[in-house]
Amino acid sequence: MTASITIDRNPTQQYLLRLGDTCLILGQRLGEWCGHAPILEEDIALTNMALDLVGQARALLTHAGRAQGFDEDQLAFLRDERDYLNPTLVELPRGDFAFTVLRNLMVATLLKGLWQKLADSSDAELAAIAGKAVKEARYHQQHAADWVVRLGDGSDESRRRCEDALAQLWRYTPELFEADAVDEAAAASGLGPRWADLQAGWAAEVGEVLAEAGLVPPAESAFRSTGKRGVHTEHMGRILAEMQYLQRAYPGGAW
Amino acid sequence: MSETNTPNPTATEWPLWEVFVRSRAGLDHKHCGSLHAADAAMALQMARDVYTRRQEGCSVWVVRSTDITASDPGDKGMYFDPMEDKVYRHPTFYKLPTEVDHM
Repeated sequence: MTASITIDRNPTQQYLLRLGDTCLILGQRLGEWCGHAPILEEDIALTNMALDLVGQARALLTHAGRAQGFDEDQLAFLRDERDYLNPTLVELPRGDFAFTVLRNLMVATLLKGLWQKLADSSDAELAAIAGKAVKEARYHQQHAADWVVRLGDGSDESRRRCEDALAQLWRYTPELFEADAVDEAAAASGLGPRWADLQAGWAAEVGEVLAEAGLVPPAESAFRSTGKRGVHTEHMGRILAEMQYLQRAYPGGAW
Repeated sequence: MSETNTPNPTATEWPLWEVFVRSRAGLDHKHCGSLHAADAAMALQMARDVYTRRQEGCSVWVVRSTDITASDPGDKGMYFDPMEDKVYRHPTFYKLPTEVDHM
């Protein structure tokens, strides 16, 4: 059994890990579709996107770990749950296909906005990662938007499933744009944008797709999820158990 | 009229599309396979995911398989064999000026 690593909680590190963990955990969730997607072509598409996200996570975690001498695998597999800083939205179980594509739309729109801004980051390595990732995020967003419109504006069953998914997912979106000291520090140093600064653009882009799909988001509730602060739902422990098992049981294991 | 519980698959499956990928600017689109999709936009998106994962292309065409009119394999003899002994149709008998290289 390998002991956990402990990461610095300075604002830069937290900013990088929020982004890296968003990619890592959603990549893992999408990977769960491998062999289970409704059609072969979609199976390949979802796993392609999972691999894009894992690739982005690798670059970000490598970058984030360097200051403390950790590598990407240590950061991905040897942290305790509360040291993962992804927003709660991405850790929710994969749900049905409507849930998956709707969440992909929400996250890809966020990531696309972030990557676009991060291309001008004062951190040259982060800017380089962003320059590559923005193309992937653009495709992920288009793919998800296409399906949301098809399903929302499709059969009775597909519309019902989209409405259910939207009702479940929507309350996890305000967390994405909550302002805090981590984002303030990043904005001040030029590391990257406050996620809150992306909210208006995100709402417009997602709103346009939902409108085309004939879907109406629920009213905003007072509920706030807290994944970006490391306080997760019960789903996080399960997904980490699956991800970490091998590295914990066989330290440094590789093939 | 007979009722059947197993519907004709061609009536329930998405239509078939043929996929053509251009590997580099200046080259032709080459047929590389087929897939099922509900419409052209979906076919294009899926073609990207299925057939260009290893950077095979810079442009993709999709065509409904039913829109392709093909020659009948049974007519192969009539269609193609008569050309066998007409070597003069190959432009190999021209003498090229030396200035025109690599034709």
